[in-house]
Amino acid sequence: MAKVRGAVVVNIDRCKGCELCTAVCPTNVLAMHEKVNVKGYHYSYMANPEACTGCMNCATVCPDTVITVYRVKEPS
Amino acid sequence: MAELKLEDIIKEENKVFSKTPLFTDKPLSYCPGCGHGVAHRLVLEVIEEMNITDNVIGVAPVGCSVLSYEFMNIDMAEAAHGRATAMATGIKRVYPEKFVFTYQGDGDLAAIGTGETIHTCNRGENIVIIFINNGIYGMTGGQMAPTTIPAMKTSTSPYGRDTQMMGNPLKMTELVAQLDGTCFVARHAVHTPVLVRKTKKAIRKAFEYQKAKKGTAFVEIVSNCNSGWKLTPLQSIKWLEDNMLPYYNLGTLKEDPLD
Repeated sequence: MAKVRGAVVVNIDRCKGCELCTAVCPTNVLAMHEKVNVKGYHYSYMANPEACTGCMNCATVCPDTVITVYRVKEPS
Repeated sequence: MAELKLEDIIKEENKVFSKTPLFTDKPLSYCPGCGHGVAHRLVLEVIEEMNITDNVIGVAPVGCSVLSYEFMNIDMAEAAHGRATAMATGIKRVYPEKFVFTYQGDGDLAAIGTGETIHTCNRGENIVIIFINNGIYGMTGGQMAPTTIPAMKTSTSPYGRDTQMMGNPLKMTELVAQLDGTCFVARHAVHTPVLVRKTKKAIRKAFEYQKAKKGTAFVEIVSNCNSGWKLTPLQSIKWLEDNMLPYYNLGTLKEDPLD
């Protein structure tokens, strides 16, 4: 079966560090970075990028729409 | 087969979700974790999907979302406090072919604008009302709102809302569902991905009712106000599920036939 791989790109300087995306990620890809962005918020990043399936849960609940999602079927 | 690298995935043709172009470039003025951002996005996505961008007029309220006209790249007007539905009535009557919606919080729609809201719904004005209910006055510092649930602590009810002294919460959605002028009345929430998708369907349906000229469509969105509730965003979601949702039941309260 073809495996689905995903990736998210976070607009770091627009992230407000609310952590909602980390709570809804079914594969625990997202985490908060120890560094802060220009506004002083810890921003969300892909801590475990291999596990991302591109399910869009994070982007769906993100209040500031800072997440862009990519998805591709891995050729088997 | 070699492992796919991130650079191979992050390509324009693999993009499945991105910010709708109907948002302006301005950063949203809301607190981290606030449900307003998702509600804004859903309204804009529905407008984009229905391809009515040049044919829609929104009315902004007074409250946290007072600057929503700065974030939505569509025609918007700013109403006096609570009078968004009255203003939308005028706009819709002058431009009956335009899609008109109001976007209001609970301090606007359920407090100072109760009269306008009820009469607009009763007259069956052909508009969409989006009502964000977080049970508190967010912008002015977390005072008690008409929608504050019993025993909820706010800055003006520090020991919890005592219904004997402060009255009972106002369930606007149940109220307008009884009126003959409304055609679609629903209550939704935006704190989980499933609920966000349901809310988007409801907003889409509300605009479809307006297209079919059926009457007033009213969509309440139960949302969180972590700053006003003095909780972190994640704690506020938990609090919303445990306390707000049992009081404000989600679901469709009224649905007239669309065709």
